[in-house]
Amino acid sequence: MSDRCKFKQYVWELPLRWFHWINVLAIVVLSGTGFLIGHPVTLGASASDYAMGWIRLIHFVAAYAFTVSVASRVVWAFIGNEHASWRAFFPMYSAKGREKLRHMIRYYTLQTHQVPEIVGHNPLATTAYFVLFLIYLAMILTGFAMYATHAPGGIMFKSLGFMYGHFSLQGMRLAHHFGMWLIFGFVINHIYSAWLMDIKEHGGEISSMFSGYKFTVKKGE
Amino acid sequence: MSTTRTEPCNETFSISQILKERGVSRRDFLKFCSTVTAALALPPSFAPSVAQALDEVKRPPLVWLEFQGCTGDSEALLRSANPTVAEIVLDILSVDYHETIMAAAGHQAEAALDKTITDYKGKYFAVIEGSIPMKDGGVYGCVGGKSNLERARQVCGGAAATIAIGNCASYGGIPAAAPNPTGAVGVKEAVPGATVINLPGCPCNADNLTATIVHYLVFNKIPALDGHGRPLFAYGKRIHDNCERRPHFDAGQYVEKWGDDGHRKGYCLYKMGCKGPATFHNCPTQRYNEKTAWPIGSGHPCVGCAEPQFWDVMSPMYRRLPNVPGFGIEHTADAIGLGLAAGAAGAFVVHGALSAMRKDKEPGEDAKED
Repeated sequence: MSDRCKFKQYVWELPLRWFHWINVLAIVVLSGTGFLIGHPVTLGASASDYAMGWIRLIHFVAAYAFTVSVASRVVWAFIGNEHASWRAFFPMYSAKGREKLRHMIRYYTLQTHQVPEIVGHNPLATTAYFVLFLIYLAMILTGFAMYATHAPGGIMFKSLGFMYGHFSLQGMRLAHHFGMWLIFGFVINHIYSAWLMDIKEHGGEISSMFSGYKFTVKKGE
Repeated sequence: MSTTRTEPCNETFSISQILKERGVSRRDFLKFCSTVTAALALPPSFAPSVAQALDEVKRPPLVWLEFQGCTGDSEALLRSANPTVAEIVLDILSVDYHETIMAAAGHQAEAALDKTITDYKGKYFAVIEGSIPMKDGGVYGCVGGKSNLERARQVCGGAAATIAIGNCASYGGIPAAAPNPTGAVGVKEAVPGATVINLPGCPCNADNLTATIVHYLVFNKIPALDGHGRPLFAYGKRIHDNCERRPHFDAGQYVEKWGDDGHRKGYCLYKMGCKGPATFHNCPTQRYNEKTAWPIGSGHPCVGCAEPQFWDVMSPMYRRLPNVPGFGIEHTADAIGLGLAAGAAGAFVVHGALSAMRKDKEPGEDAKED
């Protein structure tokens, strides 16, 4: 273990941390309620109960929160700091990014013992995040397209008209289920990687998502 | 409409005379006008206009062509509710050609069709039942030596409006289900230039056909259509939102298997694969068989017969989700998803164990980011 002195660096700004934890909460709530909507359990004792009604309400409220949070994160990619920037999501478009990406892949596939130091996003992670955002987009579009069918002719139904033109509602339903499982696969990967890098890097990887600070060999600006 | 009319079309026509001939009271006629006004989702104040328009109507000729279908829509029409009055409304139209019920046959019948579409070009109605096979030049469906495709182009192209009755004529229906050996399509796809009103359903509810025709006779234009070419008055609401079992859905009371306690009590059929949440049709309010019954009311889940390609997209009939191509039918989407997630978790357990056994070098000056 090194006795090297490390520098404290402010990496994750407050709004970004909020977006992250709102997404976490929303995904947990959406998955739980979504599973009950797809595979309902007979919870009603009488016809005047409203079990499924409340489950759906919670699902839809969480869906709006999630959508606003994801949209805000996209906006933040243009106004936040360098670590939050959209540029971080496309490491393969710069020579330096490609070099870091190569090192990260070598480390993950156990080909090198040298732990790479990453101040902001890990370039391999951002590549996965970009795919994750596409899954989010698919979930938001299919979800709201199915939701809007309760009011055909409404603003939401009309603005999602292209969805109904291209996909059947049953196809969207299937995609919405698959999307959840893909997000689960991502979450497993994400928690594992954060845990691994927290142990190997000694940079406060996990606590940085609460405090915003990481500890790095490089002196901060 | 039991026989082919031979008298000239377009004469102004007294409905009271026909009513008297058929022994229908004026009161019954006005009742019918109110019902059809309701079916069209118009305010009750329109009922007198409907009655007046039907009284003064000029007789537009109508031809009914049967293509690749099962004639179920003709059956539904012949067994429709209010048969006497609805029949009269359709009788107001001069039905010059209907393969199933016309008296004429052979060249005589084909000549009647040719005469109507030539003499009344741009003025007659066409009702198409059944899909149109397109593959191999349309050889899979021929009547009188002409392919369905050729006839459809000729007849629908010159019609004031074409009503595609049933799912087959609207979107190809069952003949178009995978693997669609005849290349079957709906009328709008076969004749893109035609003015087409789709009345899908398997079969179409004859009340919706009557209402569509009455709409045209009263307003002299086709009703407002949705993105799939269906009249909004009949297909503007989802079955799920008007379903009589909806309170059981919201309450959380479901049929778990056929004939169980919930099924006997009339609980929601969602878990039995009901496609009501994905289907737009007025079945819950309009119903079939003199408005007595409809599938969900009788304890069977909706199969989504009013939606494009329903045989493919709504299957399996008794499951919530479609099958996943390439996997056996016992593998539902969620079982596959669970397998993927478990596989990912397993891979990371192995990776974690391998990483734990390694002595890695912490980031130092040589590894730092610049």
